[in-house]
This record gives sequence, structure tokens and C-alpha cells, in this order.
Amino acid sequence: MYTNQTVIFKNKPVIIGSYSIVGPKEWKGNFGPYFNYVMKDDCFGEKSYEKAEMKMLKTAIVGAIEDAKIKASDVNLLLSGDLLNQIISSSYAARDFDFAFLGLFGACSTMAESMAVAASIIDGKEFDTIVCSTGSHFSTAERQFRFPLELGNQRPPTSQWTVTGAGACVISSKGVGPRITMATFGKVIDFGVNDVNDMGAAMAPAAMDTMLAHFRDTKTTPDDYDLIVTGDLGKLGSEILIDLMEDQGIKLGLNYNDCGQMYYTRNQNTFSGGSGCGCSATVLNSFIMKKLRSGEYKKVLFMPTGALMSTTATQQGETIPGVCHAIVLECDESVKNIKISQTSNRNVKNKKEEKTNRTSISKSNEKNIKSNRLN
Amino acid sequence: MYYLWVFLIGGFICTLGQVLIIYTNITSARILVTFVIIGVLLEAFGIFDPISAFAKAGINVPIIGFGASLAKGAISAVESKGLLGAFTGGLEATAGGIAAAIFFAFIFSLIFKSKTKS
Amino acid sequence: MDKSMDIKKRNEMYNNYVQAKIPKTKAWPSLFYSFLVGGIICCIGQGINDLILLWFPNMAEQSAWAYTLIVLIFIASFLTGIGVYDKIGKFAGGGSIVPITGFSNSITSPALEYKHEGIIYGICVKMFTIAGPVIVSGVVASFIVGLIYLFI
Repeated sequence: MYTNQTVIFKNKPVIIGSYSIVGPKEWKGNFGPYFNYVMKDDCFGEKSYEKAEMKMLKTAIVGAIEDAKIKASDVNLLLSGDLLNQIISSSYAARDFDFAFLGLFGACSTMAESMAVAASIIDGKEFDTIVCSTGSHFSTAERQFRFPLELGNQRPPTSQWTVTGAGACVISSKGVGPRITMATFGKVIDFGVNDVNDMGAAMAPAAMDTMLAHFRDTKTTPDDYDLIVTGDLGKLGSEILIDLMEDQGIKLGLNYNDCGQMYYTRNQNTFSGGSGCGCSATVLNSFIMKKLRSGEYKKVLFMPTGALMSTTATQQGETIPGVCHAIVLECDESVKNIKISQTSNRNVKNKKEEKTNRTSISKSNEKNIKSNRLN
Repeated sequence: MYYLWVFLIGGFICTLGQVLIIYTNITSARILVTFVIIGVLLEAFGIFDPISAFAKAGINVPIIGFGASLAKGAISAVESKGLLGAFTGGLEATAGGIAAAIFFAFIFSLIFKSKTKS
Repeated sequence: MDKSMDIKKRNEMYNNYVQAKIPKTKAWPSLFYSFLVGGIICCIGQGINDLILLWFPNMAEQSAWAYTLIVLIFIASFLTGIGVYDKIGKFAGGGSIVPITGFSNSITSPALEYKHEGIIYGICVKMFTIAGPVIVSGVVASFIVGLIYLFI
């Protein structure tokens, strides 16, 4: 009755470099200290927000390649996608690079989609080094999916805030770093939600479906992971997911969380939390990647969700289908045996460093913070 | 003293709009359309003028007033010009407002730029 | 056939569940603010109208109202341009949408937004993306009213 949706990688592709870039509002959020680069303003020195989004993606890709300490000529392929029509940000960013490009659209799930595809190609030993990237921009998404910025309307309490940010990572067949061990490709699931301001509810069933498929195919349980993280279900969506999973007999405990829900602080007026491709991409490439490199997280299930809607379809009365792809990230062998007490000490030390980082950014906002790698 | 009436009636009409927003989740374009049609109907049934006599700006400033002058223009033009009036009357009466909105929007969009929200 | 019925039922159940799950916000504060801001905008309009009649006592009432609306439209358009109107709107909701200033805002904001697509295809084409339906529905309704008056 069920078909297998999960790929288990024999060669375990390695993530050798990662980079994240965000806007000023995101920097003030909960993950602020972890990002590599903070833009001074949302325009990023460009004439329009669309151009800023392209530049953001370009910066993230260059940053990830630098972080991986490889040459751009070593890269075989770029996998990228974003939210705009005809994924222009990705393709226009790609024209400045000298490697092959494959555009993907998985809405907000693009990060996992691209990484899963990249890992599959590398595991098959076809290509050696692949860059995955995605990003989103509040102002471009707002214009495309909602209203002009200056229109004086109110946001409903279920609405989410599109993250201005881009993330990129370099996946390779060899090297040191977190490894991608499994990937579950999701089905498109539609439970008939048609409220465009309630993306969390539209995507939660897709997350449930992929999660069930993943646990079934890999014979794992939620307890096998240090962290299970969904992309941008938001506060409402993640509560719905917990309920849905409970109905299926699986209890999501404290190790479950949602990037969108965690993203902003409470007084940032984002209602249900963050959303957009950039949401899961920046969290993965900053916070989660750092914790995986230090060995604090041993095994992470990363499953961003995407709402595959367009304004044309919703205006014609269609409901909003969702999709969710999952990847399993495991820390490198070298940090696997670090004891938790040790890492928590390290954590305190990191926090001090972060504090100094934070003050240094406030002095000059546009300062590059190198993520302090521990290996 | 009539400012109190202006405030109360204007506030009441706007609150009706907010009730529509909260309980039916409709967008601002639909709210504007709804209220314009309400204005046209009020004028057509002759209710608008008695209210306007004491509510003044309280009902003329909300977009209901715009709908009412559309209807008023059409009705009076029909009386003087016949069928042609039904075509020309509405826009003739509201041409000032529409032209002003278009003109200022054009000028300001050349000068300013839309800013991101925070 | 059976399966599609199942899906329909499942979707209905899910939607009901989501509706129950949506956090209920208190409606009263936003209703109060929209009342307040709406009332204030109307009072400003009345003030402008009174001033116009004070300075030009011979002006017909109809023209005085037209000038009043034009001034209000100008103010709202300017506030939209400098990025203040959306902040008022966030706070007031219906209070700043229903007055004629909301109409002006809904014309100026897309014009600003699509500026980068050029004057013709950006500003001129997109200007009525939100306010267009207002003019269309108003004109159609007023035409029907005029037509009815013609025959009775």
C-alpha cells in the first residue's frame, strides 16, 4: 500500500560550508548572533527589492563557497530556488557564476528539496561538489502574494512574516562536517485550506504526511533525534502538527520545534512567526549547522514545508496544497563522542563570544561575523 | 456642536468597516466596494440627504459619500439629459475626487519610494 | 467516488478543527481605534469644509465638498508617500480604510510599489489594482440607478 519515499545515502554526503545573510529585523530576532552577515537595510544598496534579493542570494553562495575553503571552479552544480515568479532571484543570481544551474521550486521547502537532490546526485557519485541555496525577501513576497507595502491594512493574527534572508551550503562527497544520511521526499497534500493568511494550517498536513513516511521508512521514532525542526509552520501550524501527529499515535516532545515560531521575538509583531524560503534556510545554515559542527546536536531531522500556492490559483477558488521534504543531518564522526557537559561548557563560552560579536555589529552593522568553527 | 455628530457618525461608519474586517476577513478593496454600493443605494432611496443634513462630514468623508455623489450625479443628469445622463452623470459628479487621487498618486509616486515595514 | 467523499469529509473536519484552533484576538480595542481614527478623519474633513466656506462664502455647497475631498485626498496621498499612512492603517484598520483617504491610499500605494517597472507599465498600469473595483462598481451601480430613474 505504501511506497518508499526515503533515500538512505550509503556515502553520506558532507556539508563542508554554509553561509547565511539576513536583514536588520531578522538580526534583532532570536537567532541574531548566529548569522554570518547582516544587511544594513532591506535594499542592500540596490534599486529595487527584487534586485536586493538577487544580490543576497549571490552573497550567500559566494560566502558558502568561501566557508568551504574550495575554489569556485571546483563546484559542479548550483541548486537554487526562491518564491518569486519564474524563480528570478535564483536564476539571475546564477548568471554571475561559472557553473551549471538547476532551478527548483518547492516554495518554502526549497532548502531541504535542494539538499536532498544534491545529496542524491553526490551519493550516486555523479558529481563531486554541489552548492544549494535559497532565499526570500519580505518586500518582494509581500508585493507578489499580498498587497503593496504602503497600503494601510491590518494583518490578521494567523499571518506570518516573510523572512528577509538567504542561506547557502556546499555539499561534497568528501571532507569534514555534518553529513546528510537520509532524505524523505514528500507528497503534495491538500486538506482544503483556502485562507491565504493561514499558511501554517495549509502546510501542517504535508508535514504530518512526510513525517509519518519518514518514521515508517526509516523505522525511527522522534526520540532518535536531538532536534526535529519544521520550516515555517508558525505558532499555529506547529500546534496543529503536534495535534495531527498525536492523532496518528506519535508524540512530538520537547525536541520538536519550528523555525518560524522561534525566529522572531514576541514584541516584533510578527503574529504567527516567520515564513518564506529564507526562514528555514538561514536557521539551518547558521544555528543548526553550528550546533551540528560542535557536536551539540548529533542527529537532526530538518523538514521545511512549502505552500505551493499562487495568487492566480487562489483567486480562482483553489485551495492551498502543501509539500514537505525531510533530510536527516548527522554530526561528523570526530565530534560524535563529545559529552554533553563538555559542550554545554563550550556553549557558555560561545555565548560570551556571541555577545562580543553582537556589540561589534552594533558598532558597524555590516560586519562579517565568521562563525567560530570548533574543529 | 455638530462636530460631535460628525465624529460619532463618521466613527460609527468606520467601525462598521472594521467589524466587516474582523468577522468576515475581507480585504480592503472589498470593503471600499461594499461601502460605495451602500452609498449609491442610500442616495437612490433618498436616505442620504437627510443623514447628510446633520452628519455633514461624518457621512460625506467616508467612501459612502463618494457612492452617493455618483448616484446623485447620475440621477440629476438623467433629469436634464435623458439616457445620456445615466452614462455621464456619475463620473461627472465625482470627477474631481478621482482626478485628484490619480494626479496626486502619480506625482507622489514619482517623488517617493515604498519603504519596507518593520 | 467513495474516496472523494472521504476526502471532502476529511477536509471539512480539518477546516473546522483549524477554525477552532485559530487564536481569538480581542475585537474591542481595534473597534475602538477604528472608531476614534475614523471620527477624527471625518472631523478634519468638516474642519476643512468650514474653513473653505469661511474664506469663500459665495462658494456652492457642492463645490466646497469637492474641494474638501480633494484636500483630504492630497493629505492621504502625501502621508502614503512618506510612509506614514500604512502605520496609521495598522493601528486603525477600518478607521483609515473607509474614509476617502483610504481610497487615496489604495491608489497611491500600488503606484509607489510598482514604480520600478517604469512610468507606463509600472505606475500607470498598476495604479488601479486595488481602487479599480471601487470605480467600476460605483459607476455601474450609478448607471443602473440612473437608468431606473429614467423609466420611472
